[in-house]
Amino acid sequence: MNDRTVYLDHAATTPMVPAAVEAMTAHLLEVGNPSSLHASGRHARRVVEESRETIAQALDCRPGEVVFTSGGTEADNLALKGVYWSRRAADPRRTRILATSVEHHAVLDPLHWLEETEGAAVWPLAVDSQGRLDVDAFRAAVERDPGSVALISVMWANNEVGTLQPIDEVVAIAAEHGIPVHTDAVQAVGAVPVAFARSGVDALTLTGHKVGGPFGVGALVVRRELDVTPLVHGGGQERDIRSGTIDPPAIAGFAAAVELAVKQQADHATRISALRDDLVRRVVAAVPDAHLHGPALDSGLRLPGNAHLGFPGCEGDSLLMLLDARGIECSTGSACSAGVPQPSHVLLAMGRDEEAARHSLRFSLGHTSTQADVDAVVEAIVPVVERARAARR
Amino acid sequence: MRVVAAMSGGVDSAVAAARAVEAGHDVTGIHLALSRNPASYRSGARGCCTIEDSNDARRAADVIGIPFYVWDLSDRFHEDVVEDFMDEYAAGRTPNPCLRCNEKIKFAAVLDRALGLGFDAVATGHYAQLRTGADGLIEMHRAVDHGKDQSYVLGVLDQQQLAHSLFPLGDSTKASVRLEAAARGLLVADKPDSHDICFVADGDNAGWLREKLGDKAPNHGGEILDESGEVLGQHDGTYGFTIGQRKGLRLGRPAPDGKPRFVLDIEPVSGTVTVGPREHLAVDRLTGVRPRWCGSVPSRLEGTVQLRAHGDEHRAVVVRSDQGVEVELLDPAYGIAPGQAAVIYDGTRVVGSATIAATQRVSA
Repeated sequence: MNDRTVYLDHAATTPMVPAAVEAMTAHLLEVGNPSSLHASGRHARRVVEESRETIAQALDCRPGEVVFTSGGTEADNLALKGVYWSRRAADPRRTRILATSVEHHAVLDPLHWLEETEGAAVWPLAVDSQGRLDVDAFRAAVERDPGSVALISVMWANNEVGTLQPIDEVVAIAAEHGIPVHTDAVQAVGAVPVAFARSGVDALTLTGHKVGGPFGVGALVVRRELDVTPLVHGGGQERDIRSGTIDPPAIAGFAAAVELAVKQQADHATRISALRDDLVRRVVAAVPDAHLHGPALDSGLRLPGNAHLGFPGCEGDSLLMLLDARGIECSTGSACSAGVPQPSHVLLAMGRDEEAARHSLRFSLGHTSTQADVDAVVEAIVPVVERARAARR
Repeated sequence: MRVVAAMSGGVDSAVAAARAVEAGHDVTGIHLALSRNPASYRSGARGCCTIEDSNDARRAADVIGIPFYVWDLSDRFHEDVVEDFMDEYAAGRTPNPCLRCNEKIKFAAVLDRALGLGFDAVATGHYAQLRTGADGLIEMHRAVDHGKDQSYVLGVLDQQQLAHSLFPLGDSTKASVRLEAAARGLLVADKPDSHDICFVADGDNAGWLREKLGDKAPNHGGEILDESGEVLGQHDGTYGFTIGQRKGLRLGRPAPDGKPRFVLDIEPVSGTVTVGPREHLAVDRLTGVRPRWCGSVPSRLEGTVQLRAHGDEHRAVVVRSDQGVEVELLDPAYGIAPGQAAVIYDGTRVVGSATIAATQRVSA
């Protein structure tokens, strides 16, 4: 048994980087509300605004376009509801929302809510067997009636199988009709190049704890020209779009993490994808029938740290538990309601059956991953799969 | 031993898991997700299917210091327990889904999976005692706390299942288990006991069956007759009745002799429900099918039978037959419905069980 924890669930959350811990803790004992007018308030405000500039610099946006939130879920909700409300208010015909069927629940659930309560018509956009948006189908969905589209939401990279979406093509088609595009880039920032202005998207979600920053802080980067109806009302601290006392230490830690993640992105991706490729190749070689879900390793269409593997004849739950008992931590990549695993909507949308959706595991590598982690998985996987298969019989 | 502790989120299974740890076992807590749609079943904290219960189980595992997982057995549970429950009622019988769940889920699907995963046993918070008999077989006996004894719902377990079971609470009273839970810092210490059927959210069996069965049952609506065949009233589904039932007949007029009337017979195909006086419910012979034996199989036994959970013991002579068992009751029993389980005891030891297929009334 391993005494060491082999943490391969970085897509769920990744450890804070020392620079973020330092930046955050440096302000934890300081007093001052960034909205106060005295010296302490001004100091706190300065921390926040410098952080905003740091993030803007890293993500190719203007500081004023960064709206701090409590995290990715709030940023997604703000983008979807806020833009839907304002676009529909400007023209009541705009009730359609186009989104891929492989979005995170932080996107799917607000869309479902808008459909149930706000008269929205959500158009699920099909993906191919790799989880990648079918651009022709997307174009057809837009052109069917462009004037009725309130907004488009296409994630930058999928959290389960790591598929990168054709954001450029989405933006180009949307631009022909002046339709705003939101993208959930929670998994993408720091893993692949993400540049807000150059991408042409109108709103982009990111969160602290996926890039080595703290929990509980994230941002919606949103073009100043795009009207966003607020979700949370109060003091109007963030551009009147988002209210709530601003959290300088968390934001400082968040900014430090984003800065470092973006600066190191290329080197990180090279190192992590090599480890990931090694993991996938050796696991597939060791376990009969094991196979990769999502884009091929060398396709360039996949997050560098994502290894989503199917193990026919096993329950993903059993694999997870057996690996956990050996100190290896990964995910079944499926959404949980009350801890009840549901077959992944992502794999189902990719055309896999429920059985395939249940026998999968996601290993996600990150900045602390090492060759020893990969070796530990390769060493454990054969007995673990044998055990899990025995439990299914 | 490596032990899986099935944790419902209640006080009993939490203490059982803690005791298994203390006995030196390597314990992993699991909560069984039995509902396909957990939020919709029960909103209270009495069943075994809610999100709150799952969270309570998780917190108990944290306090005990063991790993914890949720195992999704909702499909198996639906097929083997819920559908069987509906089919049995549709056929005019009165099933006990808890026995069915123990036989098919907790000590079958869960146990098989646990053994496959390298565990040696399943521990639960049932009140029953296991010991090794002189012949080397595992014997199951009634719990020390007779008020809480759950050996009845475990009467379907065979030797193989018992050999991989642990019931750490069998030697304790419920009151002492609650005190122990509090002493261990388990917040479920004062959680109310579960009752009723876990998948019937509000305890309204008839309402649940009416909704679920719909037109599936050939028994929606029919006549309520007395033993002479006189029509006394109408009903909207035989699944709303169980033999021996007195309440809810809504007959309007009293019996000529003024005595209360009870359901004597249910005929699901014609939809006929027959009522009559209590003394006509008296049964002195039972035919049991689908026998399950805990250990060696007796050909004839003078012992006792229990015919419902927390029901009385009846002195009986049990004889094996081709189909299962013939049971002669030395004292008559009342309100015995086909579908119920007859669990056979020799003293405190559970010998086995059978599903009641037919009853014979005491001849007048």
